[in-house]
Amino acid sequence: MADTLLSASNIEVAYGAARNIKVLHGVDLTIAKGETLGIVGESGSGKTTLGRALLRLVDVTNGTVTFDGMDITRLGETAMRPLRRRMQMIFQDPMSSLNPRHSIRQILTGPLLLHGLATDRRDAERQASKVIERVGLPLTTLNRNPHELSGGQRQRVGIARAVVMRPDFVLADEVVSGLDVSTQAQVLSLIGELGREMGLAVAFISHDLSVIRAICDRVMVLQGGKIAEEGPCGSVFEAPRSDYTRALLDAIPLPDPMPGWLER
Amino acid sequence: MSLLSIRNLSAVSDRDGGTPILRGVSLDLAPGEVIGLVGESGAGKSTISKAVLGMLPRTVRITKGSAIFSGRDLLSLSSRELRKITGSEITLIPQDPMTALNPGRRIESQLTDGLRLKRGMSSTDARRRGLELLEEVHIRDPERVMRAYPHELSGGMRQRVLIAAAFAMDPKLVVADEPTTALDVTVQKQILRLIRAMQAKHGTSVIFVTHDLGVVAQICDRVTLLYGGMVVEAGATAEIMERPRHPYMQALLAAGPRYDRPDRALAPVPESIFAGLREELASFDREEVRHG
Repeated sequence: MADTLLSASNIEVAYGAARNIKVLHGVDLTIAKGETLGIVGESGSGKTTLGRALLRLVDVTNGTVTFDGMDITRLGETAMRPLRRRMQMIFQDPMSSLNPRHSIRQILTGPLLLHGLATDRRDAERQASKVIERVGLPLTTLNRNPHELSGGQRQRVGIARAVVMRPDFVLADEVVSGLDVSTQAQVLSLIGELGREMGLAVAFISHDLSVIRAICDRVMVLQGGKIAEEGPCGSVFEAPRSDYTRALLDAIPLPDPMPGWLER
Repeated sequence: MSLLSIRNLSAVSDRDGGTPILRGVSLDLAPGEVIGLVGESGAGKSTISKAVLGMLPRTVRITKGSAIFSGRDLLSLSSRELRKITGSEITLIPQDPMTALNPGRRIESQLTDGLRLKRGMSSTDARRRGLELLEEVHIRDPERVMRAYPHELSGGMRQRVLIAAAFAMDPKLVVADEPTTALDVTVQKQILRLIRAMQAKHGTSVIFVTHDLGVVAQICDRVTLLYGGMVVEAGATAEIMERPRHPYMQALLAAGPRYDRPDRALAPVPESIFAGLREELASFDREEVRHG
């Protein structure tokens, strides 16, 4: 595919000193520019490891990872560095990824200056202000520290920090699972809008199929480190081919009276 | 006749300079009934369940109201009298099955604690009862699980053990505090089914604390929606799910994404609804001041 940005071919990841604990057993995937791929699975399915392998945060024991036509499978940290800006990550708990002693201003401007994306401090400030407004936060947020913000605000800062780098690819790992329903919808809409505006390729990892359906173009269902099913959201949700996908869908309690659901 | 009747319960947090955290909450629970306490963070659902369990932190002060359980006001009992009820007539299924179990003790001693200490059973009898309970919660190899340490069990198994422990004392009321939040969705369904089956078999009432309206719809007979420590809407679950009256309940139902409604746009709860809720809270606080 001409517009493929990121692809993985038959990747395997094993942990442990002897590399004997296999977490991924040969996974293939492609994500096109501007496309959002949902990756869903239960605990132990390998979804987080897959995300980390795509970003080269864990080493793959087999297979290849290609980013924008480049084989990055064995690139060293120095060779990876220029690509790091283009591949950003949003975490489940932004608190753990935001330096608690830095103001939001420092958190946003620091990487811009480090990667030479801003000509000077003033330019970095300008870009930080712009992105903080874009994610729907007041400019005064720049003066705050992470612990002064609510969970939803922190997650917006996490998003701002990722997109201010003008990436091509964003990995979002369980980014709304800690949020209340009312905040969740706002954060999901924001990620959807930014993805479209910036033409981002997004890997959206979640355990929640309803969240995936709301924001993704395609979905991949992982089970025990293997792909159980993969396809456009429309077909996977309406006519799942795998029994496992069907079981996952049926286990979701919906806010409607569904007599007999519990015993089914 | 209610098993539990909470009337006009108000509480403040002394840590935040006397901020109200419960505002005139009333709710009734009939024997054998499952009621859902639902709301977003800070709504007061866990404060209510802690008040019922006698587990309120020192920083929380009840300013008004009562919680009559089987004819006694839980809020005016001495801590010694309260201890006879909690852990025996009222028990808890906690949220996190890992932290709720002592990692250094085998399941057997943790499961049978209450039976030996509060019921005065011999170790042999408590062990026999423990094995029965594990079978009742569909644990296939109860002998092995009795000998196991918590870390040797999966999350779902640990939650089954805690359900067995909660029902071991044959309580009248079980408080289930987000018991499936940490679990995978397929395991969640099994645990919900199990809680409902145990509750029906023993005729136990359940207060089910959750933030998930889908879970409420599938397991609760009635539901109470809270915001800012105030009851926003209460009634029969099916009726509220089909015809929510309060705009906040309507907005919450619309805000949650649903895999079966792909055509539905993401609809965050509008700020105007929160403004309306804040006005309701302020008006409640003004009334409280006026009437003292």
